Amino acid sequence: MIKLLRFLNPYRSLLVLVLVLAIGQTAANLYLPNLMSDIVNNGIAKFDTNYIWRTGRIMVLVAIGGTLCAVVGIYYSSQVATGMVKAIRARIFNKVQGFSLHEFDTVSTASLITRTTNDTTQVQQVMVMILNMLITAPITLVVGIILALNQDVGLSWILVVMMPVLVAIIIVLLIKAIPLFTAMQAKLDKLNLILDENLTGVRVVRAFNREKHEEQRFDEANRDVTDIAIRVNQMIASMMPVMMLMINLSSVAIIWFGSLRVDAGKLQMGAMFAFLQYATQILFALLMVALMFIMIPRAEASATRINEVLEMEPEIRDPEEPRQATQQRGYVEFQDVTFSYLGAEQPALSNISFSASPGKVTAIIGGTGSGKSTLVNLIPRFYDVDSGKILVDGVETREMSQEQLRAKIGFVPQKAVLFTGSVNDNLRYGKEDASEDELRHAAEVAQANEFITKMPEGFDSMISQGGTNVSGGQMQRLSIARALVRKPEIYVFDDTFSALDFKTDAKLRAALKGETRESTVLIVAQRVSTVIDADQIIVLEQGRVAGIGTHRELMKTCDVYSGIVSSQLSATEIAEETA
Amino acid sequence: MSENSNTKRQTNQGGMGPMGRGGWGAMGRAVEKPKDFQGTLKRLLLYFFPERIRLSIVLGAAILGTVFNIVGPKVLGLATTKLFNDLVARYLVEVSNQSIRNKLAQSPALSQQLSPIPGIDFGYIGRVILILLVLYVISAVFIFIQQYLMAGVAQRTIYKLRREVDEKLSRLPLKYFDGRTHGEILSRAVNDMDNISSTLQQSVTQLITSAVSLLGVLVMMLTISWELSLIVLVTLPLSLFIVTGIAKRSQDYFRRQQRALGDLNGHVEEMYTGHKIVKAFGHEGKAVAQFDELNDKLYDAGWKAQYVSGIIMPLMRFVGNVGYVFVAVVGGIMVTQGSLSLGDVQAFIQYSAQFTMPITQLANIANVIQSAMASAERIFELLDEEEQVPEVAESELVQTAGHIQFQHVKFGYSPDKILMEDLNIEAKPGQMVAIVGPTGAGKTTLVNLLMRFYEVDSGKILIDGVNITRLKRGDLRCMFGMVLQDTWLFHGTIRDNIAYGRDNASEEEIVRAADAAYADHFIRTLPEGYNMVLNEEATNISQGQKQLLTIARAFLSDPAVLILDEATSSVDTRTELLIQKAMSKLMKGRTSFVIAHRLSTIRDADLILVMNHGSIIETGTHAGLLAQNGFYADLYNSQFRGRVLKEEEGVLVDLVADHQQV
Repeated sequence: MIKLLRFLNPYRSLLVLVLVLAIGQTAANLYLPNLMSDIVNNGIAKFDTNYIWRTGRIMVLVAIGGTLCAVVGIYYSSQVATGMVKAIRARIFNKVQGFSLHEFDTVSTASLITRTTNDTTQVQQVMVMILNMLITAPITLVVGIILALNQDVGLSWILVVMMPVLVAIIIVLLIKAIPLFTAMQAKLDKLNLILDENLTGVRVVRAFNREKHEEQRFDEANRDVTDIAIRVNQMIASMMPVMMLMINLSSVAIIWFGSLRVDAGKLQMGAMFAFLQYATQILFALLMVALMFIMIPRAEASATRINEVLEMEPEIRDPEEPRQATQQRGYVEFQDVTFSYLGAEQPALSNISFSASPGKVTAIIGGTGSGKSTLVNLIPRFYDVDSGKILVDGVETREMSQEQLRAKIGFVPQKAVLFTGSVNDNLRYGKEDASEDELRHAAEVAQANEFITKMPEGFDSMISQGGTNVSGGQMQRLSIARALVRKPEIYVFDDTFSALDFKTDAKLRAALKGETRESTVLIVAQRVSTVIDADQIIVLEQGRVAGIGTHRELMKTCDVYSGIVSSQLSATEIAEETA
Repeated sequence: MSENSNTKRQTNQGGMGPMGRGGWGAMGRAVEKPKDFQGTLKRLLLYFFPERIRLSIVLGAAILGTVFNIVGPKVLGLATTKLFNDLVARYLVEVSNQSIRNKLAQSPALSQQLSPIPGIDFGYIGRVILILLVLYVISAVFIFIQQYLMAGVAQRTIYKLRREVDEKLSRLPLKYFDGRTHGEILSRAVNDMDNISSTLQQSVTQLITSAVSLLGVLVMMLTISWELSLIVLVTLPLSLFIVTGIAKRSQDYFRRQQRALGDLNGHVEEMYTGHKIVKAFGHEGKAVAQFDELNDKLYDAGWKAQYVSGIIMPLMRFVGNVGYVFVAVVGGIMVTQGSLSLGDVQAFIQYSAQFTMPITQLANIANVIQSAMASAERIFELLDEEEQVPEVAESELVQTAGHIQFQHVKFGYSPDKILMEDLNIEAKPGQMVAIVGPTGAGKTTLVNLLMRFYEVDSGKILIDGVNITRLKRGDLRCMFGMVLQDTWLFHGTIRDNIAYGRDNASEEEIVRAADAAYADHFIRTLPEGYNMVLNEEATNISQGQKQLLTIARAFLSDPAVLILDEATSSVDTRTELLIQKAMSKLMKGRTSFVIAHRLSTIRDADLILVMNHGSIIETGTHAGLLAQNGFYADLYNSQFRGRVLKEEEGVLVDLVADHQQV
C-alpha cells in the first residue's frame, strides 16, 4: 500500500490543502464545546443574556466555517483519491500492453483483469475512506487531547487510563476475530465451490444418482458456514456494547471526579462540560484510528497484487537500434531453435530448423502438446527463444522492432478473437485505411461474405463482446479475413481451419492460393486433409521435428506421420490418397 | 456532543470490521428495488417463525437496551443540576457573606449573620452516578444479548434458506440450468444470500433501535422542554431534505460510475483476452488511448459520486450543530430566567444530538432493506420455479437387456423450434448406434432424452418395452453409462472419481475397473496414485487420462447402455489408442450410442443417426444411407473421400470437425 502512495505525488499541494481543511474542520468541531463552556461559565452562571447571544452567533459562524472546510475538503479529497487510482489503473494497463505472452502466462489473463479492475477499485475505496472520513480522526485525537489538557490537567488521568484500555480491547477483539473471519471466508468459498461443482456437473450428478450425496455434502458445508458465522457474529456482538460502555464509563467518571474538583475550586463547571465532550470525541477518534488500521490491511492484498504487475519487467523489449528488414519479402527461417516455457522441465521445442519462402505453404502437424502452436507463436516474437535464431526476411527477429516485425505478419490464432465493434471495424483492425473493396474481397476469400451480407446490417453489423452473436466458424472466418485485409508477407494460421467444415475449409484454401502467391504461408493443422497439399509438412512430436517433406515423402519415411494419417483415414482411403 | 453522535453513527455501521458492508457509503449508493416489497417481506418473515421466541427476546432486548441508554443523559442531568445549584447557592452565600464581611468592621455583631458555606451534596450526586452506572451496564448487557441472539437467528435462517435453494436446485429440470448461465444462478445462491444474511444480522436490529431511539429521544426532549423541542423539530425538514435530496443526486452519480466501470472493465477484459491479436496487429497504442478515454469517464463520475455522497455527513452535522447552538443559546437564556435547570439543558443538548442520528440511520436502513428484499425476491423466484415432472413410486423395470426404442418422438427445446418431428429408431441389445453430424444440440439432446433430463413433447421412449416415464429417474439413469468428451470429474481423489458411479465399491473393484480401462498403469505413475487429488478443473492430468478415468468409471458402474464420445484430436496418439481399445472393450455386449468420428466405427454401426442442427435428419445403415445419396452421402464424400468439392446449393454441410474442436 505504501508503495502505491507515490501515485499521490502529483497531488502533493492538493493533499496539503486537504490536510489544512481537515484541521480547520476538526478545530471548528472541537471549538464548539469550548464556546459552550464559555456560555455556561460567563453567560448562564452570570445571568448575562447578551453574552449568550454573542457567543451563539460566533458558534454559528464556527459551525459554518467547519462545514465549509469539510465540503471543500471532500471536494478535493475525492479528486485526489479517485485521481490517484485513475493513474494507477492507467499505469497498469499501459504496462500490461507492453507484456509479452510470457508475462500473461505467468500471471494469467484472468488475474491480470482482476488486478486492473477489482484490485484498483478496492484501493480506491480505501483511499476515499481514508481521505474523506478518517483523515480527521488522528487530528481530532491530537487536537482534542491538547484542548482537553488545556481545560483541565487534573482530569486527564481518566483519558490516560481509558485510552489504553480501549485500544487493548480493540486489539484483543481483533486478534480473536480476524482468524475467525479468515476461517469463515474459507468455509464460504468451500460452500460456493460445491455449489459451482453441482451446477457445472448437474448432468453427471443426476446421471449417477448422486443428488442425495451432493445434498449432504452441501448441507455439511452449509452447517459449517452457519456455525462459524454465528460464532463470528456473536463475537462482534460484544464489541459495540463494550465500546459504548467504556465511553459512558468515562463520562460518568469525568462528572464524578470533575464535581470533586469543582467543589475544591480547581475547575469551572463549564470547563468540566467541555472536557467531557472532548473526552468522548477523543475516544471515538481512537476507535476511528483503530478502524483505519483494519481498513488498510484489507487493501494491502490488492496493493500487493498491483505492485507485482507494476514491478514486472516485460521479457521482450525492442532493441536499442532496430534493424530494418527490407531486402527480402516473406522469408521465415528457423535455425536450431530451442524454446522452453518458464518453469517447464523439458523444452517445448528443441533444435527446430526449417525455412519457408514466398508462394509456398508450410504445414505443421502433430499431436497435442507436440509444440505446433508454440512454434508459430515464436514467429511474431510472442516469446523469445532460448537458443538458436529465427530470421524473418533475413534479419533476426530480436534485432527488429516488434512493430515492424508484426506488421509483416497476418496472424490467425487458434481461438478466434473479435472485438466489440462493427464487422468493418474488425476487418480493418490490421489496416486502418483499407477500402470497402479490400474488405469485401478479403471477406470473399475467407468465405465470410455470404453470412456477413445475411446479417441485419451487413458489414456494419455490430459484433458483441467476445463475438457471442456469431458462431465459432463465422468468427474464425472473420478472423481470417482480418488477416487477409492486411496483405501481409507472412500468413500464420494457427490451427484455424479445424473450426470450419470440410467444404468451407477446402473452398477457403483454394481461394487463399490466389492471395498468397507472394507470401509465405504457415498452417498449423490437426487434419491430414488440410496439410496434404502443402509444399512442405513439418511433423512435430514432443517438440522435435519428426520429419519434414511432402505428404508422399513423409508417408514413406516418417512413422509418426503415417500413424497420424492412419488414425484419421481408413486403409482404402490411404491407398487412394497415396496412389 | 453533536460530533459525538456523528461518530457514533459511523462506528455503528462501519465498526463491524471486515464484515461491515457499505457502512459509510451505503447511503447515496444506487439501490435496487424489489417488485413486490410487501409480499416478499411477508414470505421472508415466515422463515423467522421457528425463531419467534428468540426473536421476541431480541426485540425486547433491543427496546430495553435503547430505552436505558436514552434515559442516561436525563439522569446525568440530575447530577449536573445538583452540582450547579449547589455551586450557585454557595456562590450566593459567598457573595452575601462577603458583603457582610465588608460591613463587619462597623458592626461586629453582624458576624452572627455569616452563613456557613454550604457544601455540595456529594451523597446525592454519588447516588445519581451509581444509578447511571447501573443504567449503562444494563443497557450494554441488553444490547449485547440482542446482538448475540440475533447472530443465531439470522444465520440459522440463512442456513435454512440456503438449504432450500440447494434442494430446489436438485429438483429443477435440466431446462432451468441450460437456459441460464451458471453465474446467474450462483449470483442468486451466493451474492443475494450474502446480502440477506448481513441485512438480517445488522439492519434488522438497527431498524428497531433507531426507531425506538427516535421515539424515545423525542419523548425525553418533550419532557424537558417543549420550546427547545420545537427548535430541534424545525431542523427536521432540513435533515430530511439532505438525506433524500442529496442522496438522490448521489445515486445518479453512482449509477454513472457503475456504468463507466462496466465499460472500462469490458474494455480491459477484451484487450487482455485478445492480447495476442492486439499485439499481432500492433494495436497497443490504440488500446491505451481508448482505455484512457474510459478511465477519464470513470474518474469523472467516480469523484463526483464520492464528493456528493461524502458531503451528506458534514451537512447533517452542520444541521445538528446549528440545532446545538440554538439549543445552547435559548436553553442558556431559559436557565438565566430560571425556567430550566442547567442539567436539563445539558441533557437536552445530548438528546438533540442523538435526534439526527436515527434519522440518517433509518434512511440508510431503508435502502439496505430494499436491496435485501430485491435479493430475497430473486431467491423466492428461484424457489418458485417449476420442478421436473414427478416420478413414479415404483419402477416397472430395474434390470434391462438394453433394448431401446424411440416411437414417434417429437421434441424441441422450445415449441417454436422443434428438433425432431416424428423420430422412430430402435437399438436392439448389444447393437451399436453411431451418431454422425455436427456437435452441440445433437448429442446433448440424445443424452437429454435417453436419461430423461428433458421430457419428450409427444411419442415415447421405451426401454425393454417399458416407457421410461414408468421408471424412477434414478433406476433409469443407472442403466446408462456415459463416456463423454466433457469429462465430468470432481475435485477429489482419483479413487473417489472412479467410484463415483457406484456406492460402496471395493478397492479391488476400483482397481479392476481402472485396469480394464487401461488407466491403472498411468494412475500408478502419478504422485499419489489412486489417492492423488484432482484439482478443481482437473488440470493436473491430461485430457486423455481424464477420458480413461471416465471409462473406468463406466466399467465400475457396469451399465447396460452406453453413450460414448469417440476420442478426440486433443489427445496424443498413444493415449488415443488406449482409449479406443478401452472403449471397444467396454462396448462389448452393451447397447451403445456412439458420437462417431472414425470411419470404421460408422461403417460397423448397426444404425447411423445423421444429425444436423440438433435434429436427426437421416437414419439407416452406412450402405443404405450412401444409396440415398443425401446429406450423409455428401458428408461422407467431403469428409472421408478427400477433397472433392460438390457445389450443390442449399446443402450447408456443417462442421463435422467441430467435434474435434469442442
